[in-house]
Amino acid sequence: MKNAILRLSALLTAVCLLAGIPLAYAADGFDYAYTYTYDYWGDQRQSPDAYRTRAFLTSADLGLDKQMVNPQSLFVQGNTIYIVDTGNNRIIQLETDGTNYTISRIIDSFTGDTEPLTFNGPSDIYVDDEGTMYIADTNNNRIVKLDKDLNYLLSFTKPVDPTFDQSMSYLPTKMVADVSGRVFALAQNVNKGLIKYEADGTFTGFIGASPVKYTWYELIWRLLSTKEQRAQQVSFVPTEYDNIAIDEKGFFYVVTQTFDENELMGGGAEPVRRLNSLGTNILIENGNWWVVGDVQWAAGNTTISRTGPSKFVDITVLDNDIYVVLDETHNRLFGYDHQGNMLWAFGGLGNAVGYFNKPSSIEHMGYDLLVLDSQAAALTIMTPTNYGQQIYNATEQYDRGEYDVSAATWLEVLKQNGNYDLAYIGIGRAKLQQGEYKEACDYFKMARDDKNYSEAFRYYRSELVEKNIGWIFGIAAIVLVVPMIVGRIRKIKEEVDNA
Amino acid sequence: MSILSRLTDRQRWGRLGGSLKYALHVITHPFDGFWDLTHEKRGTMGAANIIVIAVLITRLLALEHTAFMFNEVYWPSVNILQQCLSVLLPLVIFVISNWGLTTLFEGKGTLKDVYMATAYALTPYVLLQLPMIVLSNWITVDEAAFYNILATLSLVWSGGLIICGMMMIHDYSLAKTLLFIVMTIAAMLIVVFLLLLFFTLVGDGVGYFTSLYKEITFRLY
Repeated sequence: MKNAILRLSALLTAVCLLAGIPLAYAADGFDYAYTYTYDYWGDQRQSPDAYRTRAFLTSADLGLDKQMVNPQSLFVQGNTIYIVDTGNNRIIQLETDGTNYTISRIIDSFTGDTEPLTFNGPSDIYVDDEGTMYIADTNNNRIVKLDKDLNYLLSFTKPVDPTFDQSMSYLPTKMVADVSGRVFALAQNVNKGLIKYEADGTFTGFIGASPVKYTWYELIWRLLSTKEQRAQQVSFVPTEYDNIAIDEKGFFYVVTQTFDENELMGGGAEPVRRLNSLGTNILIENGNWWVVGDVQWAAGNTTISRTGPSKFVDITVLDNDIYVVLDETHNRLFGYDHQGNMLWAFGGLGNAVGYFNKPSSIEHMGYDLLVLDSQAAALTIMTPTNYGQQIYNATEQYDRGEYDVSAATWLEVLKQNGNYDLAYIGIGRAKLQQGEYKEACDYFKMARDDKNYSEAFRYYRSELVEKNIGWIFGIAAIVLVVPMIVGRIRKIKEEVDNA
Repeated sequence: MSILSRLTDRQRWGRLGGSLKYALHVITHPFDGFWDLTHEKRGTMGAANIIVIAVLITRLLALEHTAFMFNEVYWPSVNILQQCLSVLLPLVIFVISNWGLTTLFEGKGTLKDVYMATAYALTPYVLLQLPMIVLSNWITVDEAAFYNILATLSLVWSGGLIICGMMMIHDYSLAKTLLFIVMTIAAMLIVVFLLLLFFTLVGDGVGYFTSLYKEITFRLY
């Protein structure tokens, strides 16, 4: 009997192997890989998982008295996690030691000389190193600044300025503060960029509005149309940002969902931007693809949900300048390095662990990623696998100038994922530094990296020419001299014959 | 003459070799070259066929061996037959539509002449593209300009030769030749359209009878 089962399973394995069914993927019930990357041609390549879910925390798991309702935002400062429980007008503060998550404080009111002392539909929180809190109290039309003991310090209200439409109610949704206490906020229906406040609460203008760009045919069309027609046309509005994060160096990372789908693959849409203090986009996009999330998608359709390109709701920047964007079309996470190369993509729609219903916010704690799901009202905490960690290590090692160590780490990555172009490039660059030009060429060729390949090849070529200079001259001489000698002999022979 | 004797006929081989070598004369002296090609019977169909085959081989070699920087080949979708047809089909349609048009408008060239002239005009493509495959493996992206200039040259040269060839074999003026080249292209589009129409209709017709057959067999069982 046992023999029969063994034989049967052996047969099944053989059939699976012959039919090319990957056994490893069949086991978890999905016919596609959870994690993937894009190759040079834009084809999805299955990849080992870069992250594994470490904890999945619902209201019950946290021991909350009231269920979280539509939580909109997440913030991490040190070991403290803040969850903005928008529907319950409160902020939940969690402490963690890495394994346990305990509620340390529930912030639903504060003390001080202002009205009201509670929140109404708060949608974002930012906490600085000292514990000073900035809370976007959306429906109270203000951003409040509290010290760590919840004493009211300041509020940032509707800008009294001719550049701000006074008839519109002021609904701040997202904000960050810089080291000097200046606040940069996004508000509903404001498309002029980031609203900038000084540390004392005065409004000092907008930064980072993208200029309205007309294509040449739009210009001609507008020239030809009458005033009434022009009024009827879709007004060309500048981009409205959807979320904002600030990195260690004080640059803003913003995401936007207002773009033309057709401009994505040409680099015109710029759904992810890195803004300097002047509001110029300085995001580096040297990857094979623009920083747009998925590079293949079904054309957007208003009647079918979850079609169209990736639409980002939040972004977080790790300490090593790697940033992760959260997409709400397919509920995926995309990691990019500071050169704009996609490191991995994973996630999806569903109730299984590692999948989301409606993700609203992403944060990081060290290398761990925290994703807040507003519909499931749950927090997912993911930690990098060995594979994911090695990608980070290799990137950091290279940035520190440890090329040899970095190449060794990339080799480890390559052992787990032979389709990982960045690893080939990483090893190639290390080989180039070491002067092994031929090997460097081979690695760059593997990843179709023509710039680096040319760099390595130039050295290889001159090395080759120097080494074989004797042969080259020898062959050239033979090619030139032999016909001359042959011609001379023929001539002599002719003369002899004629004589 | 039996095949064996044709194959062992040294005179024939000599003539073929001579007519192939004549291609080098044609590409450097296009006017005299193309005139003598047909009027003095300096060219042979065999040589023309060999040049066309050389073009096919050049294309396939370039696909395989050109350095990756100049060669965006997505191998999963490459089909050798398709690659060959992408040369042969335009060539055949060009020759047929050109002959069809010029024969109505006092063109002196026969179908054979048009084919031979077009094939001979493709010689620079082979002569330049073959060394370019080697060259591409010895240059970097910064030196891509050399490669691109050669690539353009090979096409412009062949294009110019086609115009010269048409002028000479049909005994046309330059203006008339250019007009007929444009008209040939229009005719080619019409031919392609008709072919597509024909195959779609045939496909639909076949589809109709297959579905009819399927329907009947479903009913019977």
